[in-house]
Amino acid sequence: MSGQLKEVRNRIKSVTSTQQITKAMKMVSAAKLRRAQDSIIQMRPYAQKLQEMLSNIVSGASSGVSLPLAEERPVEKILFIPITSDRGLCGAYNSNVIKLTRQIIKEKYAAQEAKGNVTILPLGKKGYEAFLRLGYKVVDNYWTVFSDLSFDNVRNAAVYAQEAFLNKEYDKVEIVYSQFKNAATQAFVSEPYLPIPKVENAEGSKKKVDFMFEPSMETLLRDLMPKILNTQVYKAVLDANASEHGARMTAMDKASENANELLRNLKISYNRARQAAITTELTEIVSGAAALQG
Amino acid sequence: MQLEILTPEHKVFSGTVYGIQLPGVEGSFEILDRHAPIIASLGKGKMKILKDKSATAAYEISEGFVEMINNKATVLIEDAKALD
Repeated sequence: MSGQLKEVRNRIKSVTSTQQITKAMKMVSAAKLRRAQDSIIQMRPYAQKLQEMLSNIVSGASSGVSLPLAEERPVEKILFIPITSDRGLCGAYNSNVIKLTRQIIKEKYAAQEAKGNVTILPLGKKGYEAFLRLGYKVVDNYWTVFSDLSFDNVRNAAVYAQEAFLNKEYDKVEIVYSQFKNAATQAFVSEPYLPIPKVENAEGSKKKVDFMFEPSMETLLRDLMPKILNTQVYKAVLDANASEHGARMTAMDKASENANELLRNLKISYNRARQAAITTELTEIVSGAAALQG
Repeated sequence: MQLEILTPEHKVFSGTVYGIQLPGVEGSFEILDRHAPIIASLGKGKMKILKDKSATAAYEISEGFVEMINNKATVLIEDAKALD
């Protein structure tokens, strides 16, 4: 009987220490989430304004400006940029990104995949490992962005995609990542990256402003395009980063809760076992005494 | 005029100013109050905010863009360091 008691006691001890770890991880994630959230909030006005500027230029442009980055070609070769995290223990976050990527490849680009024309440029270690294991063609120069998250690092990956697109190594580039909604929800999306989706001309209601362009409109467009594209990837990475911490926080919260439930049950069975042991002992003594008297 | 200076990582400046000196790709230029709408490309160099006729603040900036519309100027740059 005391053997069983000890077993339960040990389990209680190990569950308690696991719970301490999950609780700590939850706190850490909450702190990191706040920071990640801040940086994405800082980022949004910049991205928005850049987009606005582009549409101002485009709406002021005489039609028929050709942009090599917006050139639409028949889709033969595709590059996917799935953004995952470097670390696990964040629920289904990484596997959802990977699953969505594979699903899109299977549904929309099965023919290209059969010819071996689907390439993956993973950002984040988990995605890198997964796609390597699954046997996809992987560009492995940029997956470390999360170890030192800065605009410069992310830009390198974005520039690679743009140059490869211009050199016709790929005809289409898509980013798969998770948009940050709030700490508990992420929206997993696939966004077309290249060719640049057609810019909507400023709505008709907006009155047209005659801008001066310095140096010239063509030069501005040529300079602005890569900037916007770099920013877009950076924004996706920040979104993914915030989502990751959100997902980890939720996962760790669930884990702590589960540990609590487990502890409750273990304590009940521990007390029951203890009670049973005492009762047996008492019965033994009482019946022993009764036997002596009798 | 209203001035806003943004980088991807944070907001550098926001407020009412008298004018701003910027390093254009084809030479330095200045935007003063009530300038006509303009979009310009900026090179690396020194940017000077003219808060009023005597107070100024200088920044070392990397390339970017400036847009001026309805007396509101927005400077979008990749990085800015305050100089003193």
